[in-house]
Amino acid sequence: MATTTAPSRAAHRPAQHGRPRGARRMPKLKTTLIAALAYLIGFVFLFPYLVMVLIALRPQKELRTAQWFPDTWDFSAIAGFWSGGLADNLLVSLQVAVGSTLLVLVVALPAAYYTARHDFKGRSLFLVLVLITQMFQPTAMVVGIYREFFQFGLVDSVWSLILVNGGFNLAFAVWILNAYFSSIPRELEEAAFIDGNGRFGALFRITLPLAMPGVITALIFTFISAWNEFVVALTLSTSPENQPLPVALHSYMGQYSVDWQGLFAGSVIATIPVIILFALIERKVVGGLTAGSIK
Amino acid sequence: MKKLEPLAWVGPAVLLIAAVVIWPVIEMVRSSFLQISRFGVVREVNFPANYDKLFAEKDFADIMVRSVVWVVAIVLLTVVISLALAQLFNQRFPGRKVARWALIAPWAASVLMTAIVFKWMLDPEVGVINLIRRDLGTFVQKVFGIEPSSLGLLSTMGGDAADQLGQAGTAMPWLIFVGVFVSVPFTTYALLAGLATIPADVYEAARMDGASKMRTYWSITLPLLRPALTVAALINMMNVFNSFPIIWAMTRGQPGYDTATSTIFMYVLKNANLGESAAMSVVNFGMVIVLTVIFLRVSRWNREVA
Repeated sequence: MATTTAPSRAAHRPAQHGRPRGARRMPKLKTTLIAALAYLIGFVFLFPYLVMVLIALRPQKELRTAQWFPDTWDFSAIAGFWSGGLADNLLVSLQVAVGSTLLVLVVALPAAYYTARHDFKGRSLFLVLVLITQMFQPTAMVVGIYREFFQFGLVDSVWSLILVNGGFNLAFAVWILNAYFSSIPRELEEAAFIDGNGRFGALFRITLPLAMPGVITALIFTFISAWNEFVVALTLSTSPENQPLPVALHSYMGQYSVDWQGLFAGSVIATIPVIILFALIERKVVGGLTAGSIK
Repeated sequence: MKKLEPLAWVGPAVLLIAAVVIWPVIEMVRSSFLQISRFGVVREVNFPANYDKLFAEKDFADIMVRSVVWVVAIVLLTVVISLALAQLFNQRFPGRKVARWALIAPWAASVLMTAIVFKWMLDPEVGVINLIRRDLGTFVQKVFGIEPSSLGLLSTMGGDAADQLGQAGTAMPWLIFVGVFVSVPFTTYALLAGLATIPADVYEAARMDGASKMRTYWSITLPLLRPALTVAALINMMNVFNSFPIIWAMTRGQPGYDTATSTIFMYVLKNANLGESAAMSVVNFGMVIVLTVIFLRVSRWNREVA
């Protein structure tokens, strides 16, 4: 599979096979049917998130009536979110997501660059280590994670979540950045070096800008998975004010009188921006996720 | 000095992996040999008591079987559906970009959020799925004059005010449905990327030889898609096996442990007995490795046969 070269544009051109001439008469109807089916399936996959929005806009007194759309549209839950208690949890989520993204940037960038440019002792060992990490899931070892941070006294702290999310997203970032750096010709960098830019000058002026799509993909991907992470946060953050948004929303659900409208307003705020962000990097993510596994 | 250079560049990454990934594994195995109090105090080394206790749990066997069924069912369904969807979304049609974009949502959104919405949609009184059933039933009765209760499909979606998540028999299929729902987008995208790497002239040659569409798909597309398929299925397997939020948000593994997988059981045990929970994690870990090896064997065996 050639998806190892992440930046290749050609990889996204569909392999369309030509139709025999005789079948030319039908294509309009066929295309229409295909399009209709594709839109329908697209709608099915969007459906739960549309429902989420509908409930967030439904006034509390209408919640227990069996109807599709609210009689009156009520934006108070979304507007009131920012002054409610969940706003603090949103802040925690932001801290965790931004923190782990920065951590991944600082740690993965040099490692990916160096392994792409230099052959050193332990290089393949390092790459295997990264590959194994990609196969590991924090859920599987949440007991170990809990024990470790318990011993460090870091339970119920934003720092432990930043470390864990950073660590588990490192693999993806290293793989995708490694692919980008490898695809940039060494000569380009050397030319800049000879022109008197110095080693770091060449790196920052030439290589890094060229690898920017990869860097952005790695950053957004880390941000989203840290933002969405649930199990470790559920285990490590014990006090309500230290819980990221998903955990807070989840404990909301366990209460006796569930404020569904508020819950779904929070879900909308936690979900919709992420879907839009993800759409920006979608093309490169598949390459990054599968690249490591087949190298 | 030159020798230490790699350490400066790669060292931090190794350190982070060691601290956050490797250490917890060691800690997990170690904890499974210990008796740990509810407040985290290590009382004594008690190997193999945690394992004995775990294996003696009366629900243990059921939970392990259910975990395997859970993984196999979701991965199989996901692969079959994604193969079809990839084929569909690979066709040229106006607005393809938008349709593909809609497919991303369950992949990008947090699985927990998706599970929470599905829990709401399955609400016996006001849930949307119940609304669909009701409206479809009325429609069928009005237009065709058929009593909706006589239709198998509609009644499998639940009777009036039946809490589908309340019983294991109806909850499990819905949990698996949600599992498939969140796994299909990534798999479809991975297969689309795989389809894009198949050169057009291969199809050209097949057409020259007069191969039928079905035949072309079986003999050319599918074999050439195998690397993408293997990787996607493998990644899915890891995700599904460790999938916690779906079951946790929708049923908590209840009633009893009737919808619990080993991951859920591990989490429930964590609050009661950390050592036993660690033992469950270790068993879980072993199971992932065994499943992976089996999967890779099977897919290699396929290649030799083909």
